[in-house]
Amino acid sequence: MMNKLWALFVIVGIIFSLVTGNADIINKEIINYPSEILNIFLSMLPLMVIWSGIMNIAKEAGILKKISHFMRPFFKIIFPEIPSNHESLDYIASNLTINMLGIHNASTPFGLKAMKSLNELNKNKDEASRSMITFLVLNTSGVTIIATDIIAIRSMYGSINPSEILMVTILGTIITTVVALILDRLFYKFRRK
Amino acid sequence: MNLIKIGNYLIPIVVLFIIVYALKKKVKIYDSFVAGAKEGLEIAMSILPFLVAMLFATDILLKSDILNRAFDLFTPILNIIKIPKQILPMSLIRPISGNASFAVMIDLIKSYGPDSYIGRIASAIQGSTDTTIYVISLYFGSIGIKKIKYSLWVGLLTDLVCVITSVILVSIVFGCF
Repeated sequence: MMNKLWALFVIVGIIFSLVTGNADIINKEIINYPSEILNIFLSMLPLMVIWSGIMNIAKEAGILKKISHFMRPFFKIIFPEIPSNHESLDYIASNLTINMLGIHNASTPFGLKAMKSLNELNKNKDEASRSMITFLVLNTSGVTIIATDIIAIRSMYGSINPSEILMVTILGTIITTVVALILDRLFYKFRRK
Repeated sequence: MNLIKIGNYLIPIVVLFIIVYALKKKVKIYDSFVAGAKEGLEIAMSILPFLVAMLFATDILLKSDILNRAFDLFTPILNIIKIPKQILPMSLIRPISGNASFAVMIDLIKSYGPDSYIGRIASAIQGSTDTTIYVISLYFGSIGIKKIKYSLWVGLLTDLVCVITSVILVSIVFGCF
């Protein structure tokens, strides 16, 4: 899918520019934008590296495990079909905890392991189970609490207070997550009738 | 209570808590930090090609102005409900690709300023939800699930809710309409 999307963006962008007589604008973008991409990456890099360092301290101190532990009672409510000692719950907890702290790329391996583990409980192997959908919905709704990449970009473009957005993204994350879980329940109930 | 101020306390407090807790647990903090930082550098390098690809393609699409022109049609409706039309392309791209919507967010922040109404809404949309279509295709694809049932609908409806809540929250928290 990404292959088609990428081609679509570039082709539509270039053709529309040529047709509307903006060839010089798009020409400039193709030549100049790559150096700006490098600046964007360089502005995100230090915060990503530092945050990963701090998260590693948290991991070695057992904080991530503690957070997973606190999630357990909550899991009983949202994943009623997973047996309470099943290993998929550990993967789900790790995935969500790392996501909360804003390191998406490090959370994906746990997410994939969780899916594989959930598939062992799945009766119909080519059909998504209820637990899988609930887990997926939590991931698509986003659970990020500390969005370091956004703060870095805001800082790069001269925000007076780059982290002021945190309060909004945290409230937004809570609302979208609750809405996603409610919709998930409603769709599940509705489909069964 | 000032909601903006609370946001500023969060990161320092989290960092302080982690370090004090780790000291108590006798973790070798410096070694641990360096090991994690190295891992972070590797993750950053591994996402660089994807970031470059998506930023580049999205920038060409945005600079062609086709999305803005297409969405101009909706301006009258949007003016009534006070949603700035500039965030529509981002709302459309957000469920498809995280890196692409990140690129749109950067473009909006660059054009209107990080502390503008639009810049803040763009940051809020990026931070409050995650990519729906990408996550579904990656996670379900990895184990060969073909019937994804209602998961796509829940994901997309949540993304819509995210855009609406972002506009409302930014208006309330920063009091700028």
